[in-house]
Amino acid sequence: MLSTRAVGLGSPLRKTLFSPSLARNQSLIRTSFAKRTVQTESLPPSASVDILNKQRLLRPSSPHFTIYQPQLTWIASIANRGTGAALSALLYGFSLAYLVAPGTFDSVHVVEFVAGLPDAAKYAGKALLAAPFAFHSLNGIRHLSWDLGKFMTIKGVYQTGYAVLAGTAVSTVVLMFL
Amino acid sequence: MSLLPRLPCFARQFSSSAARFLATPVDKKPVLNKEFKIYRWNPDEPAKKPTLQSYTIDLNQTGPMILDALIKIKNEVDPTLTFRRSCREGICGSCAMNIDGQNTLACLCRIDRKEGKDTKIYPLPHMYVVKDLVPDLTLFYKQYKSIKPYLQNPEPPADGKEFLQSPEDRKKLDGMYECILCACCSTSCPSYWWNQDEYLGPATLMQAYRWIADSRDSHTAERKEVLQNEMSLYRCHTIFNCSRTCPKGLNPALAIAKIKMELAAD
Repeated sequence: MLSTRAVGLGSPLRKTLFSPSLARNQSLIRTSFAKRTVQTESLPPSASVDILNKQRLLRPSSPHFTIYQPQLTWIASIANRGTGAALSALLYGFSLAYLVAPGTFDSVHVVEFVAGLPDAAKYAGKALLAAPFAFHSLNGIRHLSWDLGKFMTIKGVYQTGYAVLAGTAVSTVVLMFL
Repeated sequence: MSLLPRLPCFARQFSSSAARFLATPVDKKPVLNKEFKIYRWNPDEPAKKPTLQSYTIDLNQTGPMILDALIKIKNEVDPTLTFRRSCREGICGSCAMNIDGQNTLACLCRIDRKEGKDTKIYPLPHMYVVKDLVPDLTLFYKQYKSIKPYLQNPEPPADGKEFLQSPEDRKKLDGMYECILCACCSTSCPSYWWNQDEYLGPATLMQAYRWIADSRDSHTAERKEVLQNEMSLYRCHTIFNCSRTCPKGLNPALAIAKIKMELAAD
């Protein structure tokens, strides 16, 4: 509740409220309001710019992705970015590793290494490679269709989005058993 | 009678329970308490970190929209709560804020009446906060101004009175001219969060296309020219958060896609 005391007008307000005849006495109002408990400072209008700039430096930035509702739209977008970056990192990493140590990273050694792994590790490794690849490829097609101006409605975005997710699941399983 | 308030400040406390003042008694509705968690930051105490403050109000004594709840809290619980509002019917765009994780207008957003569920209210995401739910939109308006949102045509109209337009040409502006610049879409866009100093954002770009698509405007080439760079337009990665969140049901992503296609054809 707005308290008259909080703005420093407690006693003078009460005084004028309970004595209506005094309320019309302008000079009395002025003297009683001068007894404010809050100190104010008189500033020229030009000081407003300084005050504003000082405040601007201190303003916090409001929270964003931590509080925004997870939606297929932006989650799919960041997943596209993430899978793309991961796949490129793998490609460039492997290529550079082959350049540095061609003896260790050639096909024969890689095949030998994978053949020696237990089945569970093989399937897990395949899924880990297949899922980002499938998602990034299918979502890439989705992006190309947008670039052609197709599916540019929220309905289209959600239909193609769920289609990409379903396609990713199916292709991942298929690629795992290849 | 004791029910009648004696002091003016007392009357304010019951201002939204009108039933008290009716001549015939009305059935008292059951209490349906709901918790609202609202982002607070006070510029007078800038060292204090922003916090979520909790308010519980009776939904059966409140209007149906989030804005009604905010006004009730401000009137009856905490007058220091700060937010913008004006028309309360979704045409001014003042009360844009992030409600339960989505940017929308508080006046068009119904309160979720599910029991035991709280509602979190934040200011528009990734904007500087002036106070509580009030974001600083200075840059947003500057960006809008930068695309020259007005008719540019030095030639006088053919009939000397007004620029005429065919119904088909007029139809191209539907879905764009309705924008109220509430900034819900721009502040929902991750690209705008990371690059708002250079990327114009969905709201401004849709208005840019509104003038590119206008058959009466003769500066189409110049308008496209200013967008032909890496940052202004092409930071749009077709994420669609803008169209998903628009409280007016518009499609800024489609307008941006059309600009991209026109620029590609140049």
